[in-house]
Amino acid sequence: VVVSGGGMVGSAMAAVLGHDIHFHDKKIALLEAGPRKEYDRMPDNFSNRVSSISPGSATLLSRFGAWDHVCSLRLKPFRRMQVWDACSEAMIVFEKDDLDDMGYIVENDVIMSALTKQLDAVADRVEVFYGSRAVGYTWPLPSHSCDTSPWVQIELADGHRLQTKLLIGADGHNSVVRKEAEIKNIEHQYDQSAVVATLHLSEATDNNVAWQRFLPTGPIALLPLSDTVSSLVWSTSHEHALELLTMDEESFVDSINSAFWSNANHSDFIDTAGAMFRSAISLLKPSGSAVRQLPPSIARVDPESRAMFPLGMGHATEYVQHRVALIGDAAHRVHPLAGQGVNLGFGDISCLAHHLSAAAFNGSDLGSLKHLLKFETERQRHNVSLITAIDMLKRLYSTKLAPLVLLRTWGLQATNALPPVKVRI
Amino acid sequence: TMKRLVNFSTSHSSVDSKEMKKFQLLAHKWWDEEGEYSALHSMNDIRVPFIRDALLNMSRNYHLGNPLSGVKILDVGCGGGLLSEPLARLGASVTGIDPLEDNIRTADQHKSFDPVLDKRIQYKSCSLEEIVEESMETFDVIVASEVVEHVADLEMFINSCSQVLKPEGSLFVTTINKTQLSYVLGIVVAEKIIGIVPEGTHEWEKFVPPEELERLLESNGFSVKTVNGMLYNPFSGSWSWMESTSINYAMHAVKSGAQEQSSPTGALSEMESEKHSATAGTAV
Repeated sequence: VVVSGGGMVGSAMAAVLGHDIHFHDKKIALLEAGPRKEYDRMPDNFSNRVSSISPGSATLLSRFGAWDHVCSLRLKPFRRMQVWDACSEAMIVFEKDDLDDMGYIVENDVIMSALTKQLDAVADRVEVFYGSRAVGYTWPLPSHSCDTSPWVQIELADGHRLQTKLLIGADGHNSVVRKEAEIKNIEHQYDQSAVVATLHLSEATDNNVAWQRFLPTGPIALLPLSDTVSSLVWSTSHEHALELLTMDEESFVDSINSAFWSNANHSDFIDTAGAMFRSAISLLKPSGSAVRQLPPSIARVDPESRAMFPLGMGHATEYVQHRVALIGDAAHRVHPLAGQGVNLGFGDISCLAHHLSAAAFNGSDLGSLKHLLKFETERQRHNVSLITAIDMLKRLYSTKLAPLVLLRTWGLQATNALPPVKVRI
Repeated sequence: TMKRLVNFSTSHSSVDSKEMKKFQLLAHKWWDEEGEYSALHSMNDIRVPFIRDALLNMSRNYHLGNPLSGVKILDVGCGGGLLSEPLARLGASVTGIDPLEDNIRTADQHKSFDPVLDKRIQYKSCSLEEIVEESMETFDVIVASEVVEHVADLEMFINSCSQVLKPEGSLFVTTINKTQLSYVLGIVVAEKIIGIVPEGTHEWEKFVPPEELERLLESNGFSVKTVNGMLYNPFSGSWSWMESTSINYAMHAVKSGAQEQSSPTGALSEMESEKHSATAGTAV
């Protein structure tokens, strides 16, 4: 098996297979263009690329011992998520009844380091090719009565040739594997870029809440990293993103605070309508609204920590082909507003590994479409609704138009009051 | 080559030359998973676990990453190697034999692309009787899947199996029952209507009811451990286990150890009543 792409998803896939007992005598290769990333201690400064890890993903990572490494480096669990609108008072709060951790904010580098350690642990089965790049793929012909090899041939830039029964493409939203396999991709560039930065709070706090406010230009989110530090993910127009990046640090901090605190976008009409709806709900369901907390205010930003990257949405029409499977962003790319991107990828890994493990224990040819299609069906069924929902949310919240604001205000308030719906989310 | 094989079949072999002609035409179609042999490909989903689990249940130490390591298997009537390859992937050393040279050629070519399989599998174009002399009590397991319904002399076949099998070795058979239902579904529907089996492949007369197979096995030194009915779903293209053996079935028998004699009829009836209450078997 060859996994192309050594990011969080690709590395985790290789590690899961490497630790699978039914893969005991199989060889796995991981191709990664970048260098090896491993840390014994994290640097004092936090990295500006972080991910929200769901409990399900944490379970996957602990299956092969990577989660322990993450815990010993650093991570921040959060218990509560408050999401609200800039154009109204509507708000929705997510928290688990038993005050369990809802999720974890972890720096991407920490995850990579943990994965690298676990890949080392199975180095006899998994070979990682750092600094490698595939320059050519030869696909097998479907008919089995010919003389050429029925496996996938991969030619690397340094002249190495690999052949494999199954090529797993985990090489991101511009996946080369997907392009070379001629799998069509539905994609759409958003008019937005995300600005990330590492921020220091005005005062130390428990900081176990994740905050997200939907501004007309895009959602701004504050993700806790420690008692005094949080990570910023601000999705906004390209022009505004550029402004944010180039303005001086004080103005940057002011923009953030104002984005979270200002009520400039409220209109009396919406406020009144919202208040009416809220009273109506509290008649029907007295416990229907949770306490509104106030987000922390920002004191300063880490110099050099500001960066931006463009956002888009993508979904491959097929996740699998004979001897090829796509996982992670190569198969689906979403807006960061729901914090789901990497979790979808980890979900793909869980499902694909399950099917491959069963196939290996049955002595099947790993590249056979029969079990690959089962993976595709399961994941597409799960992913499509979530990807569509995230896209719809993004569009719904990108407007100031009163009717739509009212709709989403009432919608958010109603959802906040309905436990069954919230649990599903 | 056909003439040479005909000579063998008249005297010392259980191979039926008419049967071989049928398979000659399809020799190169074996490995097309969606083609003529698609039902056999999907049968691996139940017959490989059946064999694997039965052997794991009987063994004391094994490694889940290489469950059949060290096991020597003879795949009789291996065809293009559809069953030999998965068994070899699980660690077994497999010898696959088939009287048709074209089948062996296809099988050899297909395994040659995989260095692991190439080492673990040996194919030979011959009949079972031809290897008896040089392979007395050599194999731990014999697999005769979808074969006994094509064989000319079933008792001779079973006897030869017994000779090349080590004491307490296992014999796995999958085949088709001889019932009205198997005629309707196995021949009329499968061959003539839906066409999932190439027409003319099977002759109802040669189908073997499980009771008869059991009788022959028990009187040739085997003890039947498991009998399970199998069902093919043509819409999903997949196989599953079922209680009734009226269409397809799988059987696992074990050759008695060196000390025991082949069982007299007294013990036979005792085992038969045991069997009827335990048809659930080990397969999952």
